[in-house]
Amino acid sequence: MTVNQAPISCSEAVRQLWDYLDQAISLEDQGKVAQHLSFCRKCCGELEFAKELREFLVSRAADELPPDVKARFERFVADL
Amino acid sequence: MVQVRDRTKESFQRLATAELAGLYSLARRLLRDGAEDLVQETLLHAYRSFGTLRQDAAAGPWLRSILVNVFRDQLRRQARSVEELPVEQVEDFSLYQTLVEQDPLPYSDTLHHDYLRAFGKEDVREVLLRLPEIYRAPLVLRYMSGFATKEIARMLDAPLGTVLARLHRGRKRFEREMWVYAQENGLLLRGTVG
Repeated sequence: MTVNQAPISCSEAVRQLWDYLDQAISLEDQGKVAQHLSFCRKCCGELEFAKELREFLVSRAADELPPDVKARFERFVADL
Repeated sequence: MVQVRDRTKESFQRLATAELAGLYSLARRLLRDGAEDLVQETLLHAYRSFGTLRQDAAAGPWLRSILVNVFRDQLRRQARSVEELPVEQVEDFSLYQTLVEQDPLPYSDTLHHDYLRAFGKEDVREVLLRLPEIYRAPLVLRYMSGFATKEIARMLDAPLGTVLARLHRGRKRFEREMWVYAQENGLLLRGTVG
């Protein structure tokens, strides 16, 4: 996948990092990003941070339901 | 053997009650005000179309998908148009690089990790709410609710390419707002880091 591919710049690699993690770019572009990451330490840092930021977002996604709100919802469902 | 799903009101109540916290969490990240109304409207729509739910196990995504539809319709009724940001206005910001350059936690050996740890759930919600809806909704749906980009495009009734572009700009905008929010609110001085 990485053979005979024109290298991409750091800004181009960083621009595609999240899509690379999402596998939302073409196989060819995935290959280019992977090739760039194989030699660029700075962009590897960006990649690790992107992974951590994604996990961070998941960890901040859910709230406890406040008891008064829960009670109102349950009443609402019961009255449907 | 295929199990015939129970479509009684009690069955709906059981399924919906188990998803209430998730629905409310999603609604609060899509809207600053009116999350409770959005969930109630969702429950009403869901009850009316309960027959379209094929498997009980899919109740969570099914209900969240209805919530997003209701949210999208609300936005349309408000007829608010949000201007897309030119790419170059947000493209260049990197929170990773900004942290390296500014080093806001000089005593930390794990700067990026500790920086993120300073943000509680309400902080993240506030940062998200600073983003225009067109960027916030795809971001929340993709990275907090786990929907696939194609599914998000369907729910938001937008072309896939548009959703991908908004996700990209939304991520950049989110990173920049995290940086600004932390500074404005003295987040790194709260003693929760380290």
